[in-house]
Amino acid sequence: MTDVLDSYRLLLQGAWITVQLTVLGSALALVLALVFGLAGTSARVWVRALNRVYVEFFRGTATLVLMYWFFYALPLVGFRFTPMAAAVLSLGLNIGAYGAEVVRGSLNAVPKAQYEATVALNFSPFQRMRRVLLPQAVALMLPPFGNLLIELMKGTAIVSLITIGDLTFRAQQIRGATGETLWTFVAILVLYFVIAQVLQLGVRFAERRVDRMLGRGPAPKDDPGAVVAAGASGTGVNP
Amino acid sequence: MPPTEPTDTPSPSKAGDAVPRVSDAPGIRFEKVVKRFGSNVVLRELDFTVAPGERVTLIGPSGSGKTTILRLLMTLEKLDDGVIWIGDRPLWHQDKGDGKLVPAGQKHLHEMRKQVGMVFQQFNLFPNMNVRRNLTEGPVRVLGLSKDEANARAQELLELVGLSDKIDDHPARLSGGQQQRVAIARALAMRPKVLLLDEVTSALDPELVVGVQDLLRDIARQTDVTLLCVTHEMHFARDISDRVLMFDQGQIVEEGPPEQIFGSPSEQRTRDFLQAVLAT
Repeated sequence: MTDVLDSYRLLLQGAWITVQLTVLGSALALVLALVFGLAGTSARVWVRALNRVYVEFFRGTATLVLMYWFFYALPLVGFRFTPMAAAVLSLGLNIGAYGAEVVRGSLNAVPKAQYEATVALNFSPFQRMRRVLLPQAVALMLPPFGNLLIELMKGTAIVSLITIGDLTFRAQQIRGATGETLWTFVAILVLYFVIAQVLQLGVRFAERRVDRMLGRGPAPKDDPGAVVAAGASGTGVNP
Repeated sequence: MPPTEPTDTPSPSKAGDAVPRVSDAPGIRFEKVVKRFGSNVVLRELDFTVAPGERVTLIGPSGSGKTTILRLLMTLEKLDDGVIWIGDRPLWHQDKGDGKLVPAGQKHLHEMRKQVGMVFQQFNLFPNMNVRRNLTEGPVRVLGLSKDEANARAQELLELVGLSDKIDDHPARLSGGQQQRVAIARALAMRPKVLLLDEVTSALDPELVVGVQDLLRDIARQTDVTLLCVTHEMHFARDISDRVLMFDQGQIVEEGPPEQIFGSPSEQRTRDFLQAVLAT
């Protein structure tokens, strides 16, 4: 056990790579999810088709196979990627496809009456989305986004297969050097769990902010008799 | 084909203040308007005119097309056939110069919507904004007012609807009646010249109905908007309207001043409808 703890530097190095992959991968996934999720709600058929093609293709391909493509196959036709770039692209494209479905579903779940109110106030299509529909949809997106974020973080555990020294890779190294199979895997189990908890805290924080935006949560203290009108929020999701 | 008399934009004679409602509010004219939902024809070649500044209430059994008329005017439903005029301009069409009307693009609709405001049955306030932003978002982002101007307008309107103390509250913390007052203020903040009221008290608890109706009566008295109102509250209809249109199956069955429609309706269908409504 002490052998494992003595190699804490290696473990922290690996954890740092895992965190980097998670942050970069989820940033890419978020952008892709928003772009293709919005495309999925377009009135134009060909824009919606873009959404379908992206979602079906990248949701239906294994992240590991994508990594092999970016790292081993594409260089054969002249596209070279660093291991980190290949990993981030694969994770982002894959989780982004799931995220796009979350974004599309959440936008569709915002009551049509909200859209009609924006028309009645003569908002432009961009203002409708930016000021009313998207903010309300975000409230619905956050819980599934939290799942996907943790899913992506755990998905980084395969990147050693394209030569990246992440947490799992370092664990294998330590195990090889010390023979401490049990304690090595206990250590990374705990580390993955801690990283997931930190991510979860971030999501909870975002959820609380959205609740405040929607006027949910405890009433302000100067307003003891506040009446919560049924259906007023119109989004129907309570944490 | 420009519309005939009542829909002309008001003549520039400003002296005619004795006729208070001939102001800058436009009239409305429906010309052979058709609206279908699938195979269900809701409006069949409907013709009617609303004078500038006139207050018109649409009554009739549900499914008779009243709400569809308001939704067509707010561009929430697409027109299938015919022409709707607001003032001297067609709402859903553009004149290509040679007198021929072609379906209008988004830009034209955006231009035309500036004149129209609507209050909904279910209020439809934005839950992601507090009352202040519900009232200022449109004026700032659509009308281009400064934040201060929009704020002043919001405060003035909240005073009108009696909710000045709620300016920083969220809609979720207001009662139905309060939400509808805010929604009325929000519509007025855009300074519409045509105001559409779609069963605005139907979703309210009975004890809250009167307050909202009183407010609307005040607003009708204080402004000169052209008002189209769909309601099942016959007392309210009687108070607020210059004219009542009785609809059935997408056609006008009978029309006239409220005293006549409610006092001595000439059509059997109107009598049946009024009896049914007043019995409840």
